[in-house]
Amino acid sequence: MAASSLFGQFMGGLTTAMFLFLIASGLSLVFGIMRVINFAHGSFYMLGAYLAWQGVQWFHPTGIGFWAAALFAAVGVGVLGAVVERLFFRSLYGREELYQLLFTYALVLILGDAAKFIWGTQQLSVSTPPVLVGSVEIFGSTQPLYNLFIMVVGPAIAFGGWLVLNRTGVGRLVRAAQMDREMLDSLGANVGFIYTGMFVFSSFLAGLSGALVTPIQSIVPGMDVLIIVQAFIVVVIGGMGSFWGTFWGSVIYGEVLSFGILIFPGFSLFSVFALMAVILIVRPWGLFGRPL
Amino acid sequence: MLEVSGISKSFGGFRAVSDVSLTVETGQIAAVIGPNGAGKSTLFNLITGHLRPDSGTVTLDARDITGAAPHRICRMGIGRSFQRTNIFARLTVFENLQAAFLVHHGRGRNFWSRSEALYRDETACLLTSIGLIEQRDTVAGTLSYGNQKQLELGLALASDPAMLLLDEPTAGMSATETHDTIRLIEKIAGERALTLLFTEHDMDVVFQISQKIAVLHQGRVIADGTPEEVRADPEVRRVYLGGH
Amino acid sequence: MTSETSATQTAAAAPPAGGRVVGSGSGIMSRVPWTLLVLIFACAVPWIGSRYDTFLAEQIAIDALFAVSLNLLLGTTGLVSFGHVAYFGVGAYVCGILMKTYEVPFVIAFPAAGLGTALFALVSGYFCVRLIKLYFAMLTLAFSQIIWAIAYKWNDVTGGDNGLPEVPFPNLDWMNSVPFLSDLKTSDQFYILAVILIAVSLAVVHRIVRSPFGRILTTIRDNPERAAFIGVNVRLYQLAAFTVAGVFAGLAGALYGIFSRGVFADYVFWSKSAEVMIMTILGGMDYFWGPPVGALALVWLNQAITDYTEYWPFVLGTILLVLLFAFPGGILGGLDAAWTRLRSLRRA
Repeated sequence: MAASSLFGQFMGGLTTAMFLFLIASGLSLVFGIMRVINFAHGSFYMLGAYLAWQGVQWFHPTGIGFWAAALFAAVGVGVLGAVVERLFFRSLYGREELYQLLFTYALVLILGDAAKFIWGTQQLSVSTPPVLVGSVEIFGSTQPLYNLFIMVVGPAIAFGGWLVLNRTGVGRLVRAAQMDREMLDSLGANVGFIYTGMFVFSSFLAGLSGALVTPIQSIVPGMDVLIIVQAFIVVVIGGMGSFWGTFWGSVIYGEVLSFGILIFPGFSLFSVFALMAVILIVRPWGLFGRPL
Repeated sequence: MLEVSGISKSFGGFRAVSDVSLTVETGQIAAVIGPNGAGKSTLFNLITGHLRPDSGTVTLDARDITGAAPHRICRMGIGRSFQRTNIFARLTVFENLQAAFLVHHGRGRNFWSRSEALYRDETACLLTSIGLIEQRDTVAGTLSYGNQKQLELGLALASDPAMLLLDEPTAGMSATETHDTIRLIEKIAGERALTLLFTEHDMDVVFQISQKIAVLHQGRVIADGTPEEVRADPEVRRVYLGGH
Repeated sequence: MTSETSATQTAAAAPPAGGRVVGSGSGIMSRVPWTLLVLIFACAVPWIGSRYDTFLAEQIAIDALFAVSLNLLLGTTGLVSFGHVAYFGVGAYVCGILMKTYEVPFVIAFPAAGLGTALFALVSGYFCVRLIKLYFAMLTLAFSQIIWAIAYKWNDVTGGDNGLPEVPFPNLDWMNSVPFLSDLKTSDQFYILAVILIAVSLAVVHRIVRSPFGRILTTIRDNPERAAFIGVNVRLYQLAAFTVAGVFAGLAGALYGIFSRGVFADYVFWSKSAEVMIMTILGGMDYFWGPPVGALALVWLNQAITDYTEYWPFVLGTILLVLLFAFPGGILGGLDAAWTRLRSLRRA
């Protein structure tokens, strides 16, 4: 196989990976703090995409278009996250994890139909913002500019998020909350506020990634389920709550999928789940995670 | 009967238990005491297989049980009660003990009989001897703290052990409750000719009933002998009187 | 920690064991042989109801067995599996493949489905029970998706995304010699056979739950650490429960493949695992008959709602929310609580 097509395959996998990295970061974050897998993360992503489309419909006349819409989408989903956390999630904290998981699944069902109700079932799309239209030749393969943008921005945003978590005072509080909620409570820190904040931030990230994906992917019902499964696998492989874990998990997933299709078309579907199973059997906390 | 030899366990950089050796003779009532964080519970966990020691051995009647699985150690004749009350919260008091009898008599492979019909007499008998016969149909999770501790003891006794390890059996109890519990334990230990090893905070209790005391401090044994010997030991006095 | 506090909370709120019947002890609830009545009614459906009614009843019966098998894990042993549909699917495919591709008679294919599922459950269960709660759930999900991926792509054996349409009915000629049954259509005859097989299976599971083995499972559910220290080899029992649960899920799946006249990959998609879990919790996971009640409720609700609107997921999600926040004990839990309150009012 020609080097340029190999490279093309590699870049394709990398685009998927970096994009997934942005989404999976939010999932990993929530798990790291609240020890719960938010199945609705994919739904937030989907809503981000739909809201971005909506925003483009509304703002387009004013000329700022895509970027305003993306911001609008991210903020909108962040607000939704705040509402969900404060009104519902909060009352489930002391209870069994199963109930929390089922709650997020209920959200998936409800939000999925809500999106269908509001925007219908047809495919929607958003055009690439003018400044990023076009492509570049690298090593003989054509790379759309927008894809390259994602490959850079995705990690940048995620990196920024994790930086906040690890270097700032707020971040320290959050990590303390992760380790011992009750202790922090008794110290007077407003733990509830921290949890809400983390959840909102994670939802914001999900909405933002949904918005940013619209130029390269059509918006359809079912994209919520599709993405959450992938994000989930990524986080399992890399390790929940770990920045580098999510990064490498995404890369591995993206490339396995990309090259797997070459080897044997049906194989990649099987192989990512098999990879997930192997990791869970051999090293359940993932490549970079820590034992619970 | 029980011989612990050179047991050590570290967590990360922290040496929880350091080269601890201890012997409990058959029929003896022995206690392990020490300030908070001295490593008493860790030591118990090492003996009963909940933790693997980094080094050292644990032998029961000359059989090496170091690091064996907890359920195996239980079957070899060691019963244990836990510091944080560990009972089957959603089962009734009766069902709690009945379950223990079922396991002890190897009925687990029985997929067919009605479990409620088995070992009713033994269960009632044990309930009476630990004083919980009135609450037999109460859901265990709703019992008072003291009663839960009694049930805890019952669970340990149901497997007909030769030796009992009791981790802070009177923790959180009032003076009367403590007195009653200790009387009960002494009585049962006498009736069944049990060997007893327990940990305690309450010094009066310890000195009252133990024949042998080992004192732990920061993971090490600093004294080991009869109550009189321990009481007179200068190191022990320093740790206890100097520390508080 | 969470598990400690919630254990005492649930101990106060929930009934003592996984096998209780609503309002047990006294009164009409325990004197009327409800299960026998339901069985007789179920058998009567082809005569007293329409073809659609029979279709619904069969769906409910199969789902009931599937949900009861899940509850052996969830309500009795405390194992939260998100991949239970894998065993349903394996059973369906084994039976379907044997009967359609190899023309093996039902009498052999049906137990073979159970056996095949048992083997798969043993192997997958071995890896799953070694993991703690969260990872256990994830690995069950992973295995379930692997089965789905295989079903979806292994065209030669499973028919791939086309599946196995037209799985034949078993040979039911023997029914024609039985007085009442000879007037029925083949599909109705199969319905009767299915109901009987399911009733027997439910009776067996009921027996298992009430047995010493079942009692020990509840100790593992309530407190695995303590169970180990009364001498229970926790992993071994969990594996046994996992296998038994898998077998009955597989048998349900085998029946489903024939009932729906085909076996398809989307039977094994993870959303079905979620559905059966919701069914179990809706009925009440603390009760043996909770899952069947949940199956009845959910199937009935589904067909009632989808007549009016396409937004069934929204309704399901809302039901789930109501369950989680207002009625964690499910339907039977709610009924039991109401019954207890009624009794104490009457006494007062």
